[in-house]
Formats: sequence, C-alpha cells, structure tokens
Amino acid sequence: MSAAADVAGLKPAVSFLKTAENGAPYLAGSKCKKCGEVFVGTRDTCAKCFTRGQMDHIHLADTGRLYNFTVVHRNFPGVPVPFISVIVDLDGGGTLKGNLLDVEPDPAKIKFDMPVKVVYRNAGRKDKEGNGYFAYFFTPANKN
Amino acid sequence: MSDVYVVGTDMIKFGRFPNRSIAEMGGEAAQMALDDCGLSIADMQALYCGNLFEASGGVGQRVLREIGQTGIPVVNVANACATGATAIREGWMAIKAGVYDVVLCVGVEQMGSGLLGGAGGRDGIPTEGLLGSGTMPSVFAHVGLEHTRKYGTTFEQFAKVSVKNHHHSTLNAKAMYQKETPLEEVMGAEMISYPNTKLMCSVNVDGSAAAVLCSEKKAKELGLMGRAVKIRASALASDPYTTHNMAMMDFNAVTRLAAKTAYEMAGLGPDDIDLIELHDCFATAEIVHYENLGLCKDGEAGRMIDSGETQLGGRVPVNVSGGLLSKGHPLGATGIANIYEVTTHLRGEAGSRQVAGAKIGLTHVVGAGSACAVHILEKA
Repeated sequence: MSAAADVAGLKPAVSFLKTAENGAPYLAGSKCKKCGEVFVGTRDTCAKCFTRGQMDHIHLADTGRLYNFTVVHRNFPGVPVPFISVIVDLDGGGTLKGNLLDVEPDPAKIKFDMPVKVVYRNAGRKDKEGNGYFAYFFTPANKN
Repeated sequence: MSDVYVVGTDMIKFGRFPNRSIAEMGGEAAQMALDDCGLSIADMQALYCGNLFEASGGVGQRVLREIGQTGIPVVNVANACATGATAIREGWMAIKAGVYDVVLCVGVEQMGSGLLGGAGGRDGIPTEGLLGSGTMPSVFAHVGLEHTRKYGTTFEQFAKVSVKNHHHSTLNAKAMYQKETPLEEVMGAEMISYPNTKLMCSVNVDGSAAAVLCSEKKAKELGLMGRAVKIRASALASDPYTTHNMAMMDFNAVTRLAAKTAYEMAGLGPDDIDLIELHDCFATAEIVHYENLGLCKDGEAGRMIDSGETQLGGRVPVNVSGGLLSKGHPLGATGIANIYEVTTHLRGEAGSRQVAGAKIGLTHVVGAGSACAVHILEKA
C-alpha cells in the first residue's frame, strides 16, 4: 500500500504533519533564508537569528539519523510499554522526537547515529468524536 | 546599590501532607524563617511567593491570611522548577533597587504523586507514547544519554549519584527519606525510562521553605549581621537557541548561561565554591550539571562521581541535603530550600552534614520550559 492509502481518511496527530495534494503524508518544516536553520513546523520568525518573514516553507526529509533515545518502561495508564522514544536529526535539517519501531526495546540494540526512515501509519487512537488519526514513526533504514 | 543578605531562613520537613493546605504549609515556613531572625510579619515590606500548580490562585495572599494580613504587596511567582529561586531573585531585585529594605520570600507546593510531564494537546488525541515520550523521567533520560553519546557515561555512573544523595539525606532530618540505597538497589529498582530507575527519580513531596532578605543598612540596624549570609550573585536565564532544543529540552545551555552570569556578578569561579545544591531532579541531571556549572571539564563528570569528589568530605560536596532525589522536590519550594541548606552550612549550623569551613556556596535550579536560576551565597 502507498503511504497515501495508509493515512486516507485519517487526521494528522500533530499540526506539522500534513498531506500533499495526492494524499501523501509529509513533515512540514521551515527554513530560514538568512541563517539556513531548519525548523519542524510552519513558522514565520527564526528562533535562531530572529529574522522575520524570511522563512521558506519546506517538506522535511523522510530519512535521518538517531541522535538520542530512551526506553520507556513506565508511563501513564493506558499507554503501552515498553517503547523507544528517540530524537532524530533529519537529513537536510530539522530535529524531531518520536517512537522507534521494529527494534527490540533494549538499550544494547539501539545505536547512536543509526540511519532511520520516517513512516506514516494509523495512530491507533481516536478522539472523543471517534475520528481516526495518523502519526509519524521511525524505523531502522537498511542502508548498506 | 545595597548588598542583600539572607537574615532568616527555614523549611518544614518535606513529606506527604494531603490534608494540609498550601497556605498553611507556606505560612508555617514563613513563621519559621521570621523566628530564625526574630522578626515579625509586621516588619516585612513585601512578600514574594513561589508556587506552580496553583499559580493563578493568589497563594501569597492566602499565606498572609494564615499569618497576618498586613496589607503588604504580594507578588505570586510561577517559573517551572525555578519558581522558588525566582521568588528569591524578585525579592533581591527589589532591595537592590532600593524599593524595600526587608522582604519575605516563601515557596510552597503540594505535589501528590505520580509521573510529571507527558506530551499531548488539548485537541485531538494524546501523543504521549505515540510521538516519543515527554514524561520528566524520559526527558531527563534523554539528557543523560546525550552525555553517554558524547562521553560514554555509564548507567552505573548515573546510579552512583543516587547512592550518594540518598546517603547524604540520612544526615538530614528535614529530608523526605533517611535511607541508604546501595548501588545494586538503585540499579535494580524498577526501570522507569532508561537509564533512570525509580530510585534515580526525585521524590514528589509536599513542602515549603522561606527566607527573609534584608538590605545591609537594615540588617546592621536590626543587629542581624552575625548570622547573615550575603547574596553575591543572583542570575536567571531562559533557554538560548540550540538546534536540539526544538525536540529535546536543553537544560545545559540555559544552565551554562545562568552560571556564567552568576560567576561574573560574584567575581568568583567554580574553584571558589565550597558546596553546591544543584538540580538533581533525576540522577542523570546531576552528572551534566557538574560540567554545566564548571566543577570539572566537559567529559569529566563520570570520573568526578567515580572519584567521590562531590560527596560530603570531597573536593566540592554536591547536594549534601539529600538533594531532590531524597530530600524531595516540592517544585515551588525547592529553590528556597536550597537557599536554606547553603545558608545553614555557611552559618556553620548544619550539624552532622556540615561542610567543614564552608565560606561560599552555590544553588542551582532548572525547570522545563526552560528557566534556570543560580545564586551564589557568602558568609557575611
């Protein structure tokens, strides 16, 4: 199935998750024309160099590297554990927190700087009105 | 501008007091601090009150209803885990500015128990556990593992912080716990967010602490210089921009900024400091703050905990009160409890946990958001 089909009829879990005209999901970002810093989400002022109104609104990359992680064993009631929370530096800029899938929740199995890719899937959670949502996740990228 | 002194300070024993009101707890600490310097609420010219969870509820005014409604100005302060320290700084600034000569600062919090933090918005669906974890144990696990990534710091080294601070708290009757926790027990405790086990997470407790601040002229006039402790520096910072801060709260840059400001204001450096109360909300945090506060070079914090330099009797004892890990962490009270601890050592009144010959001490708190406060105190 295509990524567009995976998320058809679902709402994005966060505001920086968007869908293109063909229905394909992507991570929305902003890049400062002046200093080049890349941000997750759409914004008009640069937090780094303070320039106003000089942001290019861009699609962030669907690949990156694992900067940091933790394995979460205790969480709020109803949240399935264990899971791996990671910080990923996307190729071309932007840094993002998310869940790492398809890796054993064992610190020894998780490598700093391992290449990952972004996948878009059903979040498996519904809001009070019964609407379904899609979210982004990370999986190991099998780069050789 | 006048120098500013801590002339009276105290804290209640931290614990779980579900049946007490925050006004009552805040009032008790306030009266204890007033008694410590022999002054009355009628002598206070303003109240700076730190509280986070009921920040919109006029907590300072409610404290005054408990201990005396003198009509003085009240400023209620909420600034994450730097709330209490920010209340102290507000009082310090007012005296520096010459507006008042003597003010009361109170910090109080009722915490309940359980996890703090977590990601999720008001609309849509909760994102905790879906888009990573925003619980405080996870946020500070990321802080620790970033240090591991850079310098190879181990789970065992992080755990040693907890062993040390729990040991220190056996000497502090005002700490929540007085219990040794050997390394195997800390490492074998329930894993919350790797590498933070349950015993490497600060204790959610209820508590209050207070301090009376005074100008030099007034302290002399009142005959309070004997036990007075000078505030050599008061620094507050918000998080400067760093790339990872957008996904992972950066407690390092903000601490370094506040520490640099405080050292410059005091005209002192890390080597001049005899004891430190720093923000060990999680064991991982204490390790990174050794470097952030300049106690060692970058990359040496693991070695520093291994060598025992930061335990009582070591080169620069850290968190001899037991720290947030074992004394407890009532958010709004924590920053003032740190002032109490360091002041008590500088006065030579810390009993069995006294840091011998302590002349200069530093307090540090840093809260999510981010807010960092550093104070440097010196025996007058």
